[in-house]
Amino acid sequence: MRPESSGVQVSAHFLRKRETVNQIAKYVLMAAAAISVLVTVGIVYVLVSEAVVFFEEVSVWEFISGTSWTPLFAVPTFGILPLLSGTIVVSGIALGVSIPLGLTLAVYLSEYAPDKVRETVKPILELLEGVPTVVYGYFALFLVTPLLQIVFPDLPGFNMLAPGLVMGIMILPYTTSLSEDAMRAVPNSIREGAYALGYSRFHTAVKVVIPAAISGITAAFILAMSRAVGETMVVAIAAGQMANFTFNPMEGAATITAFIVQVSMGDVSHGSVAYMSIFAAGLVLFLLTLTFNLIGFFLRKRYRQAY
Amino acid sequence: MSTDQTSTIQISQSAHQGGQAGKPSETREHWYLEPDGALRARVSNLKFWYADGTQAIDDVSMPLVDKKVTALIGPSGCGKSTFLRCFNRMHDLYQGVKYSGSINLLPEDENLIDLDANIVRMRVGMVFQKPNPFPKSIYENVIAGLKIRGIRKREVLDEIVETSLRQAALWDEVKDRLHQPALSMSGGQQQRLCIARALAVKPEILLLDEPTSALDPIATAKVEDLINELSGNVTVLIVTHNMQQAARISNYTAYMYLGKLIEYNDTNDLFQRPKCQRTEDYITGRFG
Ligand SMILES: Nc1ncnc2c1ncn2[C@@H]1O[C@H](COP(=O)(O)OP(=O)(O)OP(=O)(O)O)[C@@H](O)[C@H]1O
Ligand SMILES: [Mg+2]
Repeated sequence: MRPESSGVQVSAHFLRKRETVNQIAKYVLMAAAAISVLVTVGIVYVLVSEAVVFFEEVSVWEFISGTSWTPLFAVPTFGILPLLSGTIVVSGIALGVSIPLGLTLAVYLSEYAPDKVRETVKPILELLEGVPTVVYGYFALFLVTPLLQIVFPDLPGFNMLAPGLVMGIMILPYTTSLSEDAMRAVPNSIREGAYALGYSRFHTAVKVVIPAAISGITAAFILAMSRAVGETMVVAIAAGQMANFTFNPMEGAATITAFIVQVSMGDVSHGSVAYMSIFAAGLVLFLLTLTFNLIGFFLRKRYRQAY
Repeated sequence: MSTDQTSTIQISQSAHQGGQAGKPSETREHWYLEPDGALRARVSNLKFWYADGTQAIDDVSMPLVDKKVTALIGPSGCGKSTFLRCFNRMHDLYQGVKYSGSINLLPEDENLIDLDANIVRMRVGMVFQKPNPFPKSIYENVIAGLKIRGIRKREVLDEIVETSLRQAALWDEVKDRLHQPALSMSGGQQQRLCIARALAVKPEILLLDEPTSALDPIATAKVEDLINELSGNVTVLIVTHNMQQAARISNYTAYMYLGKLIEYNDTNDLFQRPKCQRTEDYITGRFG
């Protein structure tokens, strides 16, 4: 018997209903997209407009080249460099700890660990993610710094080394978990192809899996970097809150975010130049993370591979 | 089936004797030829279990003739890929699998199952059922196996890339875009790239798992030509669903069914005068 070829009958009513749902879904999704764009634009608008008022009082040149940041002093100075150096040093230490450790751990979990080990370690890492940052701050101040002082007796109680190291541990769940996800998303058939050529486990991981997962791994590090640059509490607690233009991790310093909380929680009057300065500092922070994200975007575009 | 024999030679002799004793071929369960030529490997009582306990290979014994093409045929799910993947220990990548029996490499007489899996894979190449190029350039794909063997000289690599791609009937299509991503190629081209990648390292034994199932008739003919050329130089074990193909390219054919080896014979004999009823049913299309 030959099968019917006239097709299943579809009612006009059904088609009309389907079209309506389609249209509604389209507008709801467009509205959601529009809201997120509007919020972003709003934030940028506030940052920029307040910063413009600030730059009417303080010259841009003084802001970007000054090596002293003392907005709360009787004779205030507004050089962003000390805050920038603090941010760079602390984030640099954090990434220096987190990238190699996170990548190694991710390779181990994705390519070496038996299922049982992976299923135990991943939840523990995610638990680490849930610890409040204040706890990390006091951990740096009261445990890590004293321990470091055993090795470096000259290390002051407030320094950038301890919060940097602790922050490295703090962002480890991001770097590990995201780069592990990226590596596990590499299809097994590609791994088998490498092994079939005689690749060892290590070679397969380093020469095939990591390159294939590079866009995800880059994303992990970009996210970690944004996290490190934007992190506040650990530094505010353990590095002291004195802006200090230095790249020596053995000294205390303030970062951009540490300064922002310090001012917004203090009794600086609204509309004063000191108050405005947090918007200028915030703008710098925004540009910094934007740059990282753009770098990440272009790196990913360069390495993008579809399986 | 009989498992008490200690070697396949005895099994095959007893099969011969069974035939001489006048048993009708319809009731013959198994039949193994003992081939003349030198052997590259001998599989003895090989069994294999997946981690979930599925036994996919059930007591298979067969010879692998040196520098000849052996085809594996059989219905879907009968264990052809599983059998093939024992030869390069691909199963070892997954936990909980189990082998028993042996695949003895000859003449060195080493059981491949006991060797270091990486050493085995250095010597036994494989092309998979589904194309699996690395997400790198065409050129880098071909040299992937050479690099880990310490070959780095540009001229040597360039030359091997060209010969391998020519052998895989891909050179003319890609010679102007060697440095473009392999994943920008069509599925059939990707499969031929995988063949080139496997050939580049000159394996002693080459395993091919339905290498032409993704190819058009022209590319298939080219790959078949290549396999014909390889016989005489390399020991080839090829899985194919296409019986005409098996008949065209192989010297020996093994018919598998439900994890067991039913018949191993000279290709012409197996297709023209099958010794077992099951083989006959399969090749005449009455089954599978
Ligand atoms: N990873 C696995 N775990 C458990 N059982 C498996 C696994 N892979 C395959 N099997 C089972 O082993 C048997 C043999 O599978 P195999 O892939 O070797 O068949 P095949 O002959 O290659 O089939 P096809 O011609 O369709 O490729 C099948 O019954 C299959 O269900
Ligand atoms: Mg198969």
